Amino acid sequence: MSTLQITDLHVSVGDTPILRGVNLTLNSSEVHALMGPNGSGKSTLAYALAGHPGYTVTQGSVQLDGEEIIELEADQRARKGLYLAFQYPVTIPGVKVADFLRHAVSNVRNPDRKEGGDLISMREYRRELYERMDELSVDRAFARRYLNEGFSGGEKKRMEILQMAMLRPRFAFLDETDSGLDTDAVNVVSEGVAKLAEEQKMGVLIITHHDRLLHYNTPDHTHVMLGGKIVESGGAELAAELYTDGYAGVRDRHPEVAAEADARKAAEPELAGVA
Amino acid sequence: MKSALTTAVAAPTTFDAEAFERFLETRTEPDWVTQRRREAFAEYLTHLSVPDPAEEYRRVELRFLRPEKFAIAETGADPQSFAGGMRDDQGFGGRAVHADGASAHVELSDELKEAGAVFGCLTDLVNTHGDLLEPYLMTKGVDAGADRFAAWHGAFWTGGTVLYVPRNVTLEKPLHSLIGLSGEGCCDLSHTLVILEDGANAALLEETTSQGDGAGLHVGAVELFVGDGANLRYAQLQNWNTNTLHFAHQCGRVGRDGLLQWTVGGLGSKLAHVHQDVHLDGRGARGEVNGVTFSTGRQNLSYYTQQSHNAPDTDSDLLYKTVLRDKSKVVWRGMIKVEEVAQRTDGYQRCDSLMLSDEARSDSIPGLEIEADDVRCTHGATTGRVDEEQLFYCRSRGLMESEAMHMIVAGFFEKVLDRVNVEPVRAALAAATERKLGIGD
Ligand SMILES: Nc1ncnc2c1ncn2[C@@H]1O[C@H](COP(=O)(O)OP(=O)(O)OP(=O)(O)O)[C@@H](O)[C@H]1O
Ligand SMILES: [Mg+2]
Repeated sequence: MSTLQITDLHVSVGDTPILRGVNLTLNSSEVHALMGPNGSGKSTLAYALAGHPGYTVTQGSVQLDGEEIIELEADQRARKGLYLAFQYPVTIPGVKVADFLRHAVSNVRNPDRKEGGDLISMREYRRELYERMDELSVDRAFARRYLNEGFSGGEKKRMEILQMAMLRPRFAFLDETDSGLDTDAVNVVSEGVAKLAEEQKMGVLIITHHDRLLHYNTPDHTHVMLGGKIVESGGAELAAELYTDGYAGVRDRHPEVAAEADARKAAEPELAGVA
Repeated sequence: MKSALTTAVAAPTTFDAEAFERFLETRTEPDWVTQRRREAFAEYLTHLSVPDPAEEYRRVELRFLRPEKFAIAETGADPQSFAGGMRDDQGFGGRAVHADGASAHVELSDELKEAGAVFGCLTDLVNTHGDLLEPYLMTKGVDAGADRFAAWHGAFWTGGTVLYVPRNVTLEKPLHSLIGLSGEGCCDLSHTLVILEDGANAALLEETTSQGDGAGLHVGAVELFVGDGANLRYAQLQNWNTNTLHFAHQCGRVGRDGLLQWTVGGLGSKLAHVHQDVHLDGRGARGEVNGVTFSTGRQNLSYYTQQSHNAPDTDSDLLYKTVLRDKSKVVWRGMIKVEEVAQRTDGYQRCDSLMLSDEARSDSIPGLEIEADDVRCTHGATTGRVDEEQLFYCRSRGLMESEAMHMIVAGFFEKVLDRVNVEPVRAALAAATERKLGIGD
């Protein structure tokens, strides 16, 4: 059993504070849904957890099984078993999916590996890669394509899940993985996530505006983010409510935070809606 | 004009008239060779007094060049003592090694000898195959009158690899040529000469290398003649140590329906200037140029490339990819020239630069000179930095910073390496890239 404990997390981008005291605890095998209006700070939390150097933690802590990880570089966090499925996956021109992922897998499975150190055996790797590709209905031809280069939005999202399936993280943060996917793809991805949660006891934080991923992965907990804070938590029924009724209710229940968030948006119009 | 009376600039003592006569005494050569050397030497003296072509040399830091610190040696290091990135590849049909412009070692498989191929050192072959070489050696390719470096080379060339392939002969295995410098003050003025008769097919893979860190000098020339319907793959990986100076005039000429695939690697040297000409002389001739450079420290690399379309229906396609680190500088100046007769030309040139540091500097200047009216010529140049988001993406998958950089740089080169369909070159370039990134051995 592993625990990822986020305590009073404050995060700034440049001089702008975005997260203002987030508390959240994830355990192995748990599914958490994180919802909230555009610009409320969901992706910021995901980036900060993954160790993006542009997101500065100004206060608070993130502990993985009691160990502080805030000072760790992104690659060290990945090697400890954290995984971020990007809302907007990045293209790496000229780098083949298979090569990239072979390095990633080698590092994550052998956290002490140095650059130039042994890679996972080609045969074993290829068999596993093809197996996962088949499961996730990703055409094997993608192994030889350049990472995300010319991929459609949905193909990129599937690629994120394929990478997750190969890296078998302890905790995964899926940032709007469901948007851009067609119905079939949502089903395939949902099953993939459920399988990892079950077999690997992966804990997962699903950031979403829909209920589609949550259909197969019923959240044990739902959290609502507003103005850089988690203002409410509940069970699966909260996710359903938010999905059908929107955030008006949440705003009404937390008028101060809502007003603050609106005021900040108004003060910094260039930030509004950037994400 | 005042300059008519300009006093002649004294030639550097190691390459002045006296040194030239002494050099000639060490050579055993037919008269036509000596004659050409004398003409080139006269050009050299003239060029010392006139500025080097302004456009071409504007950004080349020639102040680093002290010719008097280098002299042509009578004996060189043991050719067998040099290692190169491709040296150990087992698939070669022949090998030539030139050390310090003075000693050479050549091997050629019996198979290639029987096919009638000639492969050896220019120093020997001007004597044994003079009739074959005389029409080509610095007559229609590199012009000794072009500038100081061409003339210098024309007067003092020291040897170099020659490959001749008879009509309709295909050499299945590539040939390897290694040019080595063994230490401080050593110089090499080697001349690479490749002649493919009509319908011939061959690959010559050449590389340069240094022993130790001593500053050396290369003033070289490359002449490639590709006959009608012939196909030549030629690569030169410049991989000197970073104290060496490299100047080269390189010219390829392609006949009707011929194909020249030319790969240029710029990895080593402190200061390099390469003038590279591809002439498409016959109808339907094609030239493909691939350039890969990776500069670090304070390296200063400069390329002047020209694609000359001299006949109709000719294609040229040039792609340079340059990666710069630290305080290095790379200049690429490209020109597509289309003669009036060269209708239905398809010319393409592009240089992409990837900056790994804020202090590096890259200048890419494409250019077109078009006399014909029915042509398609495209050019482009891009300069970018390693994107922080790409780096973070890689790192979030467990790749440490240097490994992520390596991936991104390798990916950047991939497009051009993909076109280099010669495995030893790909492998040598990949290994050199790793070394440049501070990984591997
Ligand atoms: N790199 C950045 N530079 C400037 N502002 C940023 C940056 N990243 C996030 N922000 C700002 O922080 C706030 C939270 O953004 P974030 O992307 O975390 O929202 P989100 O909840 O993921 O929204 P969405 O549902 O639209 O994806 C927004 O106001 C956004 O503009
Ligand atoms: Mg977001």
